[in-house]
Amino acid sequence: METASPSPNRRPVAPGLFTEEDAPSLIGGRSRADGRLVFPCPTGSAGADYEPVTLGRRGRLWSYTVQRFRPKSPPYAGPVTFEPYAVGYVELPGEIIVEARLAGVRFEELRIGLPLQLRIEPFAEDPDGTLVMTYAFAPSMEDLP
Amino acid sequence: MSGVCIVGIGIHPFGRHDGVSGLEMGVAAVRDALTDADVAWPDMQFAYGGSDAAGNADTMVSRLGLTGLQFINVKNGCATGGSALFAATSAIQAGAYDLGMVVGFDKHPRGAFDPQPADWGLPDWYGATGLMLTTQFFALKLRRYMDRFGVSASTLGRVAEKSYRNAQFAEHAWRRQPLGLHEILAAPMVADPLTKYMFCSPAEGAVALVLASEARARALGGPLIHIRAAAVRSRPPRSFEVFSPMLEIDCGASATRLASQGAYELAGVGPEDIDVAQLQDTEAGAEVMHLAENGFCRDGEQEEWIAEGRTELNGRLPVNTDGGCIACGEPIGASGLRQVFENVVQLRGAGGARQVTGRPRTAYSHVYGAPGVSAVTILAR
Repeated sequence: METASPSPNRRPVAPGLFTEEDAPSLIGGRSRADGRLVFPCPTGSAGADYEPVTLGRRGRLWSYTVQRFRPKSPPYAGPVTFEPYAVGYVELPGEIIVEARLAGVRFEELRIGLPLQLRIEPFAEDPDGTLVMTYAFAPSMEDLP
Repeated sequence: MSGVCIVGIGIHPFGRHDGVSGLEMGVAAVRDALTDADVAWPDMQFAYGGSDAAGNADTMVSRLGLTGLQFINVKNGCATGGSALFAATSAIQAGAYDLGMVVGFDKHPRGAFDPQPADWGLPDWYGATGLMLTTQFFALKLRRYMDRFGVSASTLGRVAEKSYRNAQFAEHAWRRQPLGLHEILAAPMVADPLTKYMFCSPAEGAVALVLASEARARALGGPLIHIRAAAVRSRPPRSFEVFSPMLEIDCGASATRLASQGAYELAGVGPEDIDVAQLQDTEAGAEVMHLAENGFCRDGEQEEWIAEGRTELNGRLPVNTDGGCIACGEPIGASGLRQVFENVVQLRGAGGARQVTGRPRTAYSHVYGAPGVSAVTILAR
């Protein structure tokens, strides 16, 4: 999915899911009632009960698997030509554990405890060539806090 | 929970039945159960029934007879059968009726389930980006469990091997060809560490049970199979359930643990009193983890249990004696009732080549499914 220039248009798969900075963060919600963190930040009528907060960008792999067959569409909106992809739960220290695609790592190198960092990457392409961006975690060279 | 008995059981074989609708399979199972109980459809005072994806159970009256009975449709995911059983048991305990029917059936297309996020209160991106699969959930839960409690891949293989071995003796099972351990372990991965032979598949089938008050059951004759508990529970805080974009760091509770504890309390027995068990085995690791979640062993003891054959037909606690979901497939609305059907067979001593040793007196069944729902029943003779 890595693309060369000219750089195509990009859009997030959903608004309010992650910040679109060079150093992106997931957007969670903090319960106004009890301070509990959730992800994603609830929208609609439930949204009033949560304050949007950015979550930590780094964490450790809590569990993992590999999606070996193409999920049915709908709801899956990935490319018709299927390549297996890794999925995991990532523990963000002191916060919560989030489910995510895993990127930049060979399947056989996946192990619980692997240090990871958030990144935004394309997972699909609209008919007009716009890249649809989602979040993923990739191995991190930096030390965890 | 005393005073309610299962007096008739019926089943339409599980698997693939092109050209036969889910409702038709349900009708066949009902007729089978009526014959088994030696009663007739007009004797039925009420019915609870349902499917997840194969239509409205109460439309069966057009085939079974327009007797005007109270027929209530139940739709509660994997707990559809357990919920129908709970409702029917409660109706008889309340004294409203003394003879009625429970039926569950389903018919799913080939391939994995394709849940739509909105139906589960989840945002569309969760499904669009390929994170909303039951297969992923079971694999992710299992990988963590294996790492933490030392469960090996060969243990997963042995569980699946047992499923196919037991199923060859169960006429209602779907996959009745025994498979070797190597074949199971070397098969293509579906969701690592689970190979295709370690997973159950969505399938087709139907099960019906005739329930009676104890007094009515005695009048009908035949062996008394008592329903000692029927419990259905939803998810508690800090649980790890299907379709979870996030977990809490101290997660560990489960709907299964709640349903299990509720059922033991109702029945006044503990896991050590159970002689045979049918446990939700969406995949081989689920059977392993559910052994502990239902109280039969401590976390991590499964490696020893499986190696020693304790869950085999001649073991201390035979588990999934008809091959379970792995060999029968999973028609959602019928799956939980299949477990109860199999437990009645075992308590009657009618299991033939798959009959467990030692004439069991108590039998346990457990289902689990999205979005964190579990149903447990305990039977005794």
